[in-house]
Amino acid sequence: MSGPFSIVAVGDSALVVRFDERVDALVNAHAVSLAGALASEVLDGVRDVVPAFCSVTVYFDPLRTDSRELMDRLQQLASGDVSATPPTGAPIDVPVCYGGELGPDLQAVATFAGLPEQKVVQIHAAVTYRVFMIGFTPGFPYMGIVDDRIAMPRRQSPRTRVPAGSVAIAGMQTGIYPSESPGGWQLIGRTPLTVFDPGREEPFLLRAGDGVRFAPIDRTTFEVMATASESRR
Amino acid sequence: MALIFVERPGLQTTVQDLGRWGFQAFGVSVSGAMDCGAHRLANALVGNARGAASLEVTLVGPSLLFDDDRVVAVAGAEFDITVDRQSLPMNAPVVVRAGDRVTFGRRRSGARAYLAVSGGVDTPPVFGSRSTHVPGRMGGFEGRPLASGDRIPIGPRSARSFPARQKRSPATAAFVERPSRLRFVAGHHLGRFAPESLAELAGSQFVVAKDSNRMGYRLDGPALGPRGGADIISEATPIGLLQVPASGQPILLMADRQTSGGYAQLGVVITADLGIAAQLAPGDTVSFGMCSQADALAALIAEERALLPLEDEQS
Repeated sequence: MSGPFSIVAVGDSALVVRFDERVDALVNAHAVSLAGALASEVLDGVRDVVPAFCSVTVYFDPLRTDSRELMDRLQQLASGDVSATPPTGAPIDVPVCYGGELGPDLQAVATFAGLPEQKVVQIHAAVTYRVFMIGFTPGFPYMGIVDDRIAMPRRQSPRTRVPAGSVAIAGMQTGIYPSESPGGWQLIGRTPLTVFDPGREEPFLLRAGDGVRFAPIDRTTFEVMATASESRR
Repeated sequence: MALIFVERPGLQTTVQDLGRWGFQAFGVSVSGAMDCGAHRLANALVGNARGAASLEVTLVGPSLLFDDDRVVAVAGAEFDITVDRQSLPMNAPVVVRAGDRVTFGRRRSGARAYLAVSGGVDTPPVFGSRSTHVPGRMGGFEGRPLASGDRIPIGPRSARSFPARQKRSPATAAFVERPSRLRFVAGHHLGRFAPESLAELAGSQFVVAKDSNRMGYRLDGPALGPRGGADIISEATPIGLLQVPASGQPILLMADRQTSGGYAQLGVVITADLGIAAQLAPGDTVSFGMCSQADALAALIAEERALLPLEDEQS
């Protein structure tokens, strides 16, 4: 069963399929599955399909697409069975060096949780997270659900510069900053992996529906892996 | 390879085409020319395909030196432009010789102009597009606005002919006939707004705030209070979206906007009026009018009718 959904126009060049409005793995699986099904369709004038937490937006050229036909097709596809339950495929391992200068907010999260830093790390790394969607900057994964105990809200004021590879928490979500950018999430560690590399054959390490497991590594291992990553670019 | 040498870059001159489509699911913004009609007109006038890259000029224009014979055309915001001190007419193809200098002078109306050169701007495509995403440093010339000393590659001249007619681009025509009014289709988060919000939007004047840019325009005016929690669960954000954070001051999302967002959505400016929005500068006044889907499509068809005959002359 696909669950309830509505299809509405957003402006004159997009339709959005909205599922149950909540952050939930199964609802997200419907969205990801629908976006996947659309990838194999030949739809005149459709120029982008964007899954989000509980919705899929289909962008089209109104001069080439009959929006009513598109809506009918979306109705059919959205009503279909979900092909995969969360998360899809084997989880991707993401090594993280937690705390210290690579995770300047780990102490704040520990204080928030009333727990030692090591315990926060253990809790964060214990779970396979679902990638709900990619957004904000190229390759940035919105993942969840973070354990309540360490689900510290985002910073009051964002940093102007967050280093690439930073692993972060904001409430019930966790994410990885693929490139240097401003950012308001709590930085708890850094990964030596390159989450986004436009020059790589597969530029994006993660996509919606993937499972992610964080694996703690020490600073030395981080430096070795970071150098190897750098030389591969 | 032929190139354009940048003597003075202007305020923000970027390489743009019709946008980077197909990768928003990976967080890659669309970017592209903010006034597509003007970009397409300029390209058609020099014999390029509509998807060729042009230079988007913002508020203060550049001074450019050409090292090869080319045809150029400028459409969009109206500037006084010279080719080696001879006046260069807007909206017309003009022959430029190797060694000629094209200089943008005083801006007379609008905010963004498009300089097309025969052969197109030939910077390396990224994810299938030459558009520049300024915040993400992606695409265009080294992912950034032009700077003094830059050497911009341009494509080889084609054998195509070009129309000699002069014609103002649709958005510039609409813009010059002030005041600026943007038509929008109402959104679907209306339950999050006070019932008067749509009427307030349609009945008020707003001023484009100083910190407005290609990502979006902050609009100063009456608060369009979202009630209760302003935020929605993040979903995709189209160009022209009028989103309203807790402050009640609406934000009009433009070409370099992020691919998704979590503010309540009040409506979306229609595609046909995006060019008018592109011609707004900080400090300009703008008002809004609600519009049906049918009217939005009719307006787009009308704009297309104006542009297609010029473009078809290239085939």
